[in-house]
Amino acid sequence: MNKHFLGDTAVLLGRSLRHISRSPDTIITTAIMPIALLLMFVYVFGGAIETGSDSYVNYLLPGILVITIASGISYTAFRLFQDMQGGIFARFQSMPIARTSVLWAHVLTSLVANLISLVVVVGVALLMGFRSGADVLGWLAVAGMLALLTLALTWLAVIPGLTAKSVDGAGAFSYPLIFLPFVSSAFVPTDTMPGPVRAFAEHQPVTAIVNAIRDLFAQQPVGSDIWTALAWCVGILVVTYLAATIAYRRRIA
Amino acid sequence: MTLRQPSMLTGMNVPATTSQLQEPAIRVRGLEKSYKQLRVLRGVDLDVARGSIFALLGSNGAGKTTVVKILSTLLKADAGTAHVNGFDVAAQAADVRESISLTGQFAAVDEILTGRENLVLVARLRHLKAPDVIADDLLRRFGLTEAGGRRVATYSGGMRRRLDIAMSLIGNPPVVFLDEPTTGLDPQARLEVWQAVNELAQGGTTVLLTTQYLDEAENLADRIAILHEGRIIVHGTLDELRRILPPAEVEYVEKQPSLEDIFLTLVGAGTDKEQP
Repeated sequence: MNKHFLGDTAVLLGRSLRHISRSPDTIITTAIMPIALLLMFVYVFGGAIETGSDSYVNYLLPGILVITIASGISYTAFRLFQDMQGGIFARFQSMPIARTSVLWAHVLTSLVANLISLVVVVGVALLMGFRSGADVLGWLAVAGMLALLTLALTWLAVIPGLTAKSVDGAGAFSYPLIFLPFVSSAFVPTDTMPGPVRAFAEHQPVTAIVNAIRDLFAQQPVGSDIWTALAWCVGILVVTYLAATIAYRRRIA
Repeated sequence: MTLRQPSMLTGMNVPATTSQLQEPAIRVRGLEKSYKQLRVLRGVDLDVARGSIFALLGSNGAGKTTVVKILSTLLKADAGTAHVNGFDVAAQAADVRESISLTGQFAAVDEILTGRENLVLVARLRHLKAPDVIADDLLRRFGLTEAGGRRVATYSGGMRRRLDIAMSLIGNPPVVFLDEPTTGLDPQARLEVWQAVNELAQGGTTVLLTTQYLDEAENLADRIAILHEGRIIVHGTLDELRRILPPAEVEYVEKQPSLEDIFLTLVGAGTDKEQP
């Protein structure tokens, strides 16, 4: 590892965070869609959904948090694409800096920005009656799981950010990600779904992640869900990190 | 104007002091590069002496930017060798990056940051002490002190290029690449950039600039090379290039002021640098 890696990453992270603080609309935009879904499902559809839990907002929040991350990470692709197009990327690459620090700065920026969006969404949920008896350790476990998911999906976002031909292309990959929670246990229990759909829903990562977070919030034993969820997150992280690194090498070669 | 005249150019180079400095700042041999079927560079050779201004002239698509990208380690050549400040661009890329800075067409400034923040950013990334002092000093030298606290997005084209060149000076890299430094600038801003480039070279920095403007090469460069269809077709001083054509005949022509003279007289060149 280059001896300047940490220092350079910190300097470039400072730059990206300054960008965000000057256009906080990206954080607000990230939070608006999940909040709208939260309002619509709790106050419109929620009354008709039988979840077996006494509060639908308690049932729904974990899935909404996953959607928040899925929409938030597309800004990483966008910001990276802008840097490449604008030419500041070329300037950084021609300077004596640790080369991967350019990517890590964007990834850590995504972590910070998504964390803020998540706090906003949880705040709205609390106003709508979300309650959890989870202790500090339980909240930390939830935060850790969400951070891991953010990291994994952000490295996924780095790939279109490096390879896209247009801004629209850079952002388009996130739509399927936002849609994925709908075919999971995020909004309704999977046992009402027809066979093949149910099989898909029960074996895709969102269900395991959502169930694990729900159990942590409800202080229930998390069972095997948390290991399945962790395995998915780590697996996605490893694959997307390697793919992003290869895309980056191609780009700067 | 403080621009050097072509006749004064020779002998103004900063003398090299050590034997390491005797070798050219940039040495390129047989450089080739293709993008798929398109052969952009077909064997480029060039030498750039230390402390000189070297203009790489060519029309759009001649391969000027490709040469600069290879020399600044952003792109790998298919064949041939290139040395910058004595380092091989392929094998010693990190040392090359320590020796150069790149500005112009495709190496931009950060629009969302202020001018001062851009300078501090580059100083930090070059791992220098006292980045704030460096930034303030450069803002003063380039007449940007007032504008330093404003976002670059609000700057005029000339101010942006001046900031760009100021960023190149941070850490005093011995070699500076300027890729089409005045494309898209108004005449007044062009003169400001020329002045900045001349000051750079007077400080001993080697400058390789690409341009499609013939008068720019004529005014600035110690040596000129013309890149055409992937090869250097001629290179030399302006006087040497002039000898290619038959000697001038004496003709009496009424000297009218050029439109540029009129424009600059009316708007007053260089009166107020801070105005966008």
